[in-house]
Amino acid sequence: MRLALHAEWTKIRTVASPLWLLLGTVAATVALSAGATSVVSCTSSGCGGDTTKLTLIGVDLGQALVAILAVLVISSEYNSGMIRTSLTAVPRRTTLFAAKAITVTGVVAVAGTVAVLGSVLAGRLILPDLGDQALSLDDGPTLRAASGTVLYLILIGLLSLGIATAVRDSATSIGGVLGLLYIVPIISQTISDPDWQHLLEKIAPMSAGLAIQTTTNLGSLPISPWAGLGVTAGWAAAALLAGGLLLRMRDS
Amino acid sequence: MTSPSTTSHRLSQRVQRDGFFQLLHAEWSKFRTVAGWVIGMTAAALTMVLFALLAGISGNQKGSPSVPIGPSGGPVTDSFYFVHQPLAGDGSITVSVSALNSSIPEGPGELRPGTVPWAKAGLIIKKGTDQGSPYAAIMVTGSHGVRMQHNYVHDTAGPVSAAAARWLRLDRSGDAITGYASTDGTNWTKVATARVSGLGSTAQIGLFVASPPAVGGGGTAGTVSTATFGDLRTPEGWAGGDWTGGQVGAKSPTFAGYPENASGSFTASDARFTVTGAGDIAPAVRDSLPTGGQLRDILTGTFAALIVVIVVGALFITEEYRNKMIHLTLAASPRRSLVLVAKAIVLWAVTFVAGLVGAILATPLGERLARGNGVYIFPVPSSTELRVELGTAALLATASVLALAVGAIFRHSAGAVTTVVVAIVLPYILIAIPFMPAAVSKGVATVTPGAAFAVQQTLVPYDQVASNYTPYYGYYPLAPWAGVAVLAGYALASLAVAAVVLSRRDA
Repeated sequence: MRLALHAEWTKIRTVASPLWLLLGTVAATVALSAGATSVVSCTSSGCGGDTTKLTLIGVDLGQALVAILAVLVISSEYNSGMIRTSLTAVPRRTTLFAAKAITVTGVVAVAGTVAVLGSVLAGRLILPDLGDQALSLDDGPTLRAASGTVLYLILIGLLSLGIATAVRDSATSIGGVLGLLYIVPIISQTISDPDWQHLLEKIAPMSAGLAIQTTTNLGSLPISPWAGLGVTAGWAAAALLAGGLLLRMRDS
Repeated sequence: MTSPSTTSHRLSQRVQRDGFFQLLHAEWSKFRTVAGWVIGMTAAALTMVLFALLAGISGNQKGSPSVPIGPSGGPVTDSFYFVHQPLAGDGSITVSVSALNSSIPEGPGELRPGTVPWAKAGLIIKKGTDQGSPYAAIMVTGSHGVRMQHNYVHDTAGPVSAAAARWLRLDRSGDAITGYASTDGTNWTKVATARVSGLGSTAQIGLFVASPPAVGGGGTAGTVSTATFGDLRTPEGWAGGDWTGGQVGAKSPTFAGYPENASGSFTASDARFTVTGAGDIAPAVRDSLPTGGQLRDILTGTFAALIVVIVVGALFITEEYRNKMIHLTLAASPRRSLVLVAKAIVLWAVTFVAGLVGAILATPLGERLARGNGVYIFPVPSSTELRVELGTAALLATASVLALAVGAIFRHSAGAVTTVVVAIVLPYILIAIPFMPAAVSKGVATVTPGAAFAVQQTLVPYDQVASNYTPYYGYYPLAPWAGVAVLAGYALASLAVAAVVLSRRDA
């Protein structure tokens, strides 16, 4: 397992694109967060909404880059035929898959933490002095939102890895991941029936998982913050299970 | 010495002239023989139908009061406080409005004085107290001066400034209703004559107060207004003596009700009346009819179909790089940009057909299911419906060509798919943030490739109705086809860049 991990780390370290994607995740997240916080009109009494959630809005974009990274970790091997070499070197497919999952978790955790801290810092600098509403990681809900967002990004990485392992083709996998993430937030806007709307927001990986970012008016959420992140974790686990099983069962 | 270059020059000319059709045919053969792409396009069309099915069955408005419909067939808001008596035949009525004060909710159960720009107080003649019946009215407003309005959608500005003490007069002569305004009650200025058919021989005439919801912070809040009227004069000989007061359309999908701790009322002493009312007499918009569906709700599957066609569009070129087919393709056709053009044409056409089939099947199905569940759908002329269907197909086709061009630049499908999906879809998630200022969300819907969704707009904004006319509610800043043109601009620019890099670099 240690050797497999070392091999995966070497693969991700020596190719240029993962590094660029991780830097891109940080840049895109912070840029969108900073952009969004600078356009809303805030007064000393607040911004008319949840400032913590607004400050972390950048992950809506950042997660797309995390998804590409995680998809490429497996699909680029299928693309280049490298997967045969990898499986020859590490014949236990579960071990190889676990090593990939751990590597994705590690690099996304680092990039996600930097991205989230960058966004919070940008929010603190851009938003006017909000007095006791100011963003601070000492504040329980804000800390929960920030750390939960890092976990969310990791889960999106694992979800993408699972789907890409099952699908193997990079374009189809990324299309599937982005569809799974972005479609429900859009269609739930257009569905008039509140029961259906809440049901969709409860079971969809993005809507449910990002409940973790909410710090105000928790009662109006369709699902509680940690339970929502649990739904995303369920999706990631299911995708990893499907990917892992298919990897074991079929020829490479 | 010059022969090789001349030959290749002639060859490329011949390819350009005679071979382009063959190039198209070759690209079409490639497309139709890859099962995954054909399945993808079929799935895109199917997705639109499935989402229309979901949109159709998910709404349930059975048993809710029906939406009032105006004389021109559109949905209306027709809820206001009406102090009236019958008027048989022709006649005239005058009144002075000395005050119009509005209150806006500040918190639950708390009201503060404020300006409601389209608060209305004045004289009205209406067929009856049924919602949606024909009317004509002359009124003073919160900050838009004197207005003459009739049958919900027609609005004419009057000459009197908002600040002056205002006298109003309404004359009926058959179907012709004329409104006048005056600063002193003797010198009258005609505002407009409206032809209102269907008032009947005996119409209801009298005073009214309406107070539409205040718009702000991405939502609306119900307001209430009180007007003081004086010198109400009705010529002798009119039938009916006592004035009757009451709320028209108290329970209606287009009326959110009074603010907490407020209600409609009127008091009368001699010719002096104090009337308190809420609501509006106006065409319904998305804000005032939140339960109403629109065509774009039924075509919400466009977003899912979009992702599918983007994947196929990107693969149409990146797959050639992956299996090295590109070498063969470029060897067969040395004019590389022509290959790209041929691919773009084939892809656009195929996606357009798939999108059109999806939209044409989805629209009537979703509408029928939604109406069956009692959901009111904003009516659109069939020409508009056709525009939405054709426009949706064009949107999908153009987006897939954008993905093709970006794929040719990146030579890599995952990056290309993500770039195009994020560029078109993410703006829609951002404009749904409740406290995003309207100017920003309009800007986003103007400059991003997502502007193309303007082609699905079916709602009409009205100058005389204050509302959130933002993309989130279905009002786009660009004209329908201008939105598609923005996306087409992105696609053409990317194709141009792709053509340049394809010619410059090794395959």
